[in-house]
Parts: sequence; structure tokens; C-alpha cells
Amino acid sequence: MPLKKLNAVVVGAGAGGGVVAKELACAGMSVVLLERGKWHTAFDCRKDDLRNQRTSFLGCGFGPDERNPRVAISDDGRPRVIKPNHWAYSNNAACVGGGTFSYGAMAWRFMPQDFRMRSTYGTVEASTLDDWPISYEDLEPYYEKAEWEIGVSGGAEPPQKPPRKKPLPMPPLPDSKEHVLLGAAAKRLGLHPFHIPMLRNSVPYNGRGGCMRCRWCVGFACEVDAKNGTHNTVIPRALATGNCELRTNCVVKEVLTNGKGRATGVAYFDQHNHLREQPADVVVIAGSAVESARLLLNSRSLLFPNGIGNRYDWVGRNLQGHAYTGAMGLFNFEVFDDLGPGASIAICDYNHGNPGLVGGALLCNEFIRLPIHFAGMSPPGLPRWGNEHKDYMRKYYRRSSVVMGPVQELPVFEARVQVDPTMRDFWGIPVARLSGHRHPSDIVTAKYIADKAERWLKEAGAIRTWPRLPGSELSGGQHQAGTCRMGNDPQTSVVDRNCRVHDVENLFIADGSVHVTNGGFNPVLTIMANAYRVGEHIAQNWKSV
Amino acid sequence: MSWYKNLTRREFIELAAAAAAASGMTTCSGSPTPWRFLRLCEARVLAAICGQLVPPDQDPGAEWAQAVNFIDIQLCGPFADAQDLYRDGLGYTDATARSWFGKRFAELDGKQQVEILDATERGTVSKNIWETVDSRQFFETVLSHTMQGFYGDPRHGGNRARVSWKMVGLAYPQVRGRLKYDPRAT
Repeated sequence: MPLKKLNAVVVGAGAGGGVVAKELACAGMSVVLLERGKWHTAFDCRKDDLRNQRTSFLGCGFGPDERNPRVAISDDGRPRVIKPNHWAYSNNAACVGGGTFSYGAMAWRFMPQDFRMRSTYGTVEASTLDDWPISYEDLEPYYEKAEWEIGVSGGAEPPQKPPRKKPLPMPPLPDSKEHVLLGAAAKRLGLHPFHIPMLRNSVPYNGRGGCMRCRWCVGFACEVDAKNGTHNTVIPRALATGNCELRTNCVVKEVLTNGKGRATGVAYFDQHNHLREQPADVVVIAGSAVESARLLLNSRSLLFPNGIGNRYDWVGRNLQGHAYTGAMGLFNFEVFDDLGPGASIAICDYNHGNPGLVGGALLCNEFIRLPIHFAGMSPPGLPRWGNEHKDYMRKYYRRSSVVMGPVQELPVFEARVQVDPTMRDFWGIPVARLSGHRHPSDIVTAKYIADKAERWLKEAGAIRTWPRLPGSELSGGQHQAGTCRMGNDPQTSVVDRNCRVHDVENLFIADGSVHVTNGGFNPVLTIMANAYRVGEHIAQNWKSV
Repeated sequence: MSWYKNLTRREFIELAAAAAAASGMTTCSGSPTPWRFLRLCEARVLAAICGQLVPPDQDPGAEWAQAVNFIDIQLCGPFADAQDLYRDGLGYTDATARSWFGKRFAELDGKQQVEILDATERGTVSKNIWETVDSRQFFETVLSHTMQGFYGDPRHGGNRARVSWKMVGLAYPQVRGRLKYDPRAT
């Protein structure tokens, strides 16, 4: 029996879904927010360096659990069943807050060029590179809203980026030793270093305290609740309106449609694994790039035999993330002062305008490396075990620095999410099947950026540096994006500029899936800003859609 | 309460073996074992491998840090998929030792052990011995697990007394609650 009909159902309580639910609930709509994971408590905030979202040798800290396998196509063309803690899974957390519950919390605005990649660089062979249907200026007010509502600390933008109209609500954290060192070196090189904007309280804000600067940040929950995600900002605010109900441990099976091609709600398995139907006037999907595509592809009917929104075979295409590149440097003095989160200083000198290259990346120092990470980061030529390796660990753990950056990837049509013809999850729903590779150009850009990272480290005093380069493997992961492209032409995109699925007038997508390109930046603030924009649009227009 | 910390590994195993024998616990190979998954002879090989991957010097190595205990626990949990790999690989390592030097792996001197591990890492061991397992895959798995058991969180059964964290210079517990940069705090 269907449940009571509501104004909106939002699928996924992560960066996008949490924001949309809050916007709709605050506008007076009745909303149910469905999340397949759970709402973690303080007990889950332990600092387990083998079991967290970043380092998952013993499992993922915050989901998804092993009832959610995926299939990945190996280079030899064979399908392999993949567990959530395997690198090829393209994991993003499954819990209230989604990735924002345990992320590193970098709060980047994309640059204006990032929305006009095709206009800036022209067409690129073997890539579906294109412009966004919206501009930086369209998104700018919503960036500001995200910065103030969810809470960002940091300083001014660098000269390569447009200045913010309103400064950030919180100052940056005080500089660490590594920050001072790299900052001075960057200036000597003529670069423009600045504080990384972070969705992290540097001072008390929004009723919660400031960062205590521990060494366990990215991948972990914050035990003092100083890291700002949707779980501790917009979702509680949505619930406080009385208009929003959050249902956890609920796995959505498909989007339901009627004979006229309108979405009527969703079918989902509740926390007792009973199949339920939730009717709604508007359906918003925000399950992140892999799962949102999977849900559309699994929503088949007479009108949509290949999945909803998939008339032109664009759903699941252009899966992208970031090709992380950079360098590691060793020093003959201590650089490490154990002040978290570690990442603090960045440059945007190489995001665009690199001769002969398409796009580029920001560069910044890395989050604190725990010993288990450092053990896998020995220089080329050094044995990976035995006395020499142990000596290296002892000598250099506190005398190293890593500078990395996310290379903006060129979208590839064959890098894609499909649903597997045979493999099903615990609930009997066909699982996501991932296949494809990065664009070769990404690797070229990565080498260029890594070279700049080495130069920066050397200027800071490193006695030895070496590059850390990405491979050609399929991208995705926590920065997954692109699988439900936003565009004006229904034949080459999945959603329109308001993130409404072209074919279905009351079905919206509000996560990284809609990104045409993913910037040379961590994408979360863009996902949040766009979700504010989509939420506002739905709240203003839902009665007529 | 922590009386057992003063025991050497050999004493610990022998004591545990005695306890296991007393309780009538035996495993497939017939000899009693104090471990959850590993047989006694397998644990000896694994301890010797761990001892070479992270050898003791001025700081204790992976064997002292109870990397074997860590791996044994995880083989009954998150590493369950690797049970066959360990069972076969540890046996083949011992068989290789006998074939090359006429002794069990744990009885070889350090140089001989390293020689075998080098060959295991490179995949140049005899395919007649390594029938069911690719030695390189076995080596990579044990290396990764040993590093986790030595450098990972002690709550999972390795990194005894946080020995590796002390070695790299991490104060523990970390001084917390600092909002201002203070060099004295580290």
C-alpha cells in the first residue's frame, strides 16, 4: 500500500540532497528525505586509521556496506565483482551527510572558465568536452549562500579567481610550519599562495565549536563537530521546520512513472527491507554520480524502456572525478608540526592558461599523512621493506611534505556507469557496472602539474623530490561526477539548466552527476551551490511542473 | 594484568600452545595452535616473514609488534578472502626454504630468508612448489598486511604499545584542543 502522498521525495542525504531538502522544507513543502545509510553518532567518530572513508583496508567507516557490490570491467574485458572498500569501487560514503560527513572539507568555487571549457579550449578529440548551460555568474549567489549557511573558513580568493562579493564568515586557521614554509617559497617563485577555503569552523560558528587541529581529518568524522557537512547544518534545519522527515536505511529501487511520463514517486526498501511506495509531486535524485545514474537506468517502463531520461543513451556517460597529481619532498629538517588538518595552503596559478594543455589543477599541501599512509610513499628506488624502508620511515616521517592537486578531467563518453545484466545487490536490484578509462590528455596535464609541484617543494628546501602521478584507470571516487549531464540539447544531455530531466517534467537531479565538467577543484561546494539553485527553482515552480 | 607483555614471542606461543593443548584445541595439521586461523607452523613462517619485512633494529620490528596477531584476527574478518592465499603461500614459503636450504623458513638465517622473500616478490620461485598461488600476489598481500599490522591502529591487534608511532615521532595521545599555533605543543 502506498504511503501518504507528499510534495517532494529527495533520494540521498548527501551534499546535494541535504541542501535541496532544506530549501524545499523551508519553503513549506512536505518532504521526505531517503538515505540508504545511517545517521552516525558520536560513537562512530573513533579515529581508526585502518577503517575509515579514506583508508579502508578493514572496511569503509561510513558505508556503503557489503550488501552493495558493484561490477568493474577489467582491462582484459572481464567483469569483476567489487566490494565497497576496493579502489575500483568508486566509493562515496553512504550515510546522513554522505561524503560531507567525513570529507576533507575543501570549499572551492570553480573558476568562470571551468563553466566554459569548450569555448575556452575548443573541441578535443575523444572527449565530450562542452560548456555548462549556466555560468559562474549564475551560480555565484548560491556559492555565497553555501559559504554562509554551511560555514566556510578561509581568506580572500587569489588573483586568478573573481573576488567574493562578501567575504567568508570565518578566518582561516592559524598557519602551520609547513604552511609558512610553502607560502614563502611560492612567493619567491612569483606564485600567489592563499589559504584553502574550508567547510570547517576555525572559530565557533552556527552553534558549534572550532577545529581542535587533530591529525585525523579527511576520511574521519569530526569528534568535536567542527567540520561542516549537510548532516550538522542544513539537514537538522530541514527537520526543524517540521516539514521534512528523514528516513534512514532506505534503499531506493526505482523512480515510478505514470502513463503520461510523469514521475509519481519512488519505490524503496525500508529499514526492515520491506518494499514501500512513496508518492510525491516532485522527485529529486541526489545519490551521487554512480548511484543516481544507476537509479535512472533501473527505472524502466513502457515509456522509458532503457531507463528514465535515457532516450539518447547519455545516462551514465562521462563518468569523471579527478586525476590527482603532485609530488613528495623530503627535507633535512622537521616540517611536520602535527597541526591538523594539514592541508592549508594552495595556488591557482596552474588551473588555466598552461601552454598547450586543456585545463589544469590547483595545487595545495596534503592532509596529514598517518604512518600507515607514509609507509606506502617511499621514493623510487628505495626498497619497500626491510631495514632501509624502516630507516626511511623513522628519518623522514616528520621531514616530508606532499603537494597535490586535482587535474580537471576531460569527459570521455565511454567512461560510464551501466547496470549489470546479472549481478544484483542484497535487495535484488541490478548493481552498477563501471567501465572505461581516463582521457590520455589528463595524464599529460598531470605530468606538467607534478613538475610544478616538485619545483615548489624544491624552492621550499626539499633535498629530494619525486612526482606522484595518476594512471589511466577509470576515474570517479569521492569526486565522482558527470553521468547525468546538464545541457540545453536533450540529445546530448540528461537534464536541463534547472537540472530537470529532459523527458520528465517533475524529476530533478541535484548532485555531481549534472556537472558537465568537474573543475580543477574538489567539487563539493559547487554541488551544494547548485543544489541551492535547484532547490530554489523547485520551491518556486513546483506547483506548475 | 599486563604480565604477558614481558614474554618473548617464543615463550608466548609455547605458553599459548600449552594452553590450547590443555583445552583440547587442535587444527587440521594436527598440532595444537593458539591462533584463530593460522596453524602453529604457519604462524612461525609468517612471524619470520614479518621479522624481515620490518626487522628489529634500535626499534622493535613487526614480529614484536604482533603483526601476526593482527593478520590472524583479520583473516577471520575483513581478510577472510585471503585465507587460501595464506594457507598455500605460507606452506610454499616453507617448502621453498626446505628445497633451497634444507631447513624450515623460520630456522634460516636472515640472509637466506631475505633471499627467498626477494624471489617471492619477483616471482622467480619454483612453479613446481608455488602451484596454486602467484608468489608475487602472496608477497604483496603479506607486505600490505604486515605494514598495517605494524603502522596501523593498535586496536586491531598489531602495533603493540604503539611502537611504530613512537618510532616515527608521533606523540600519543596527541595534545588536543589547540586553537593557536604553539611549537611547545608538539
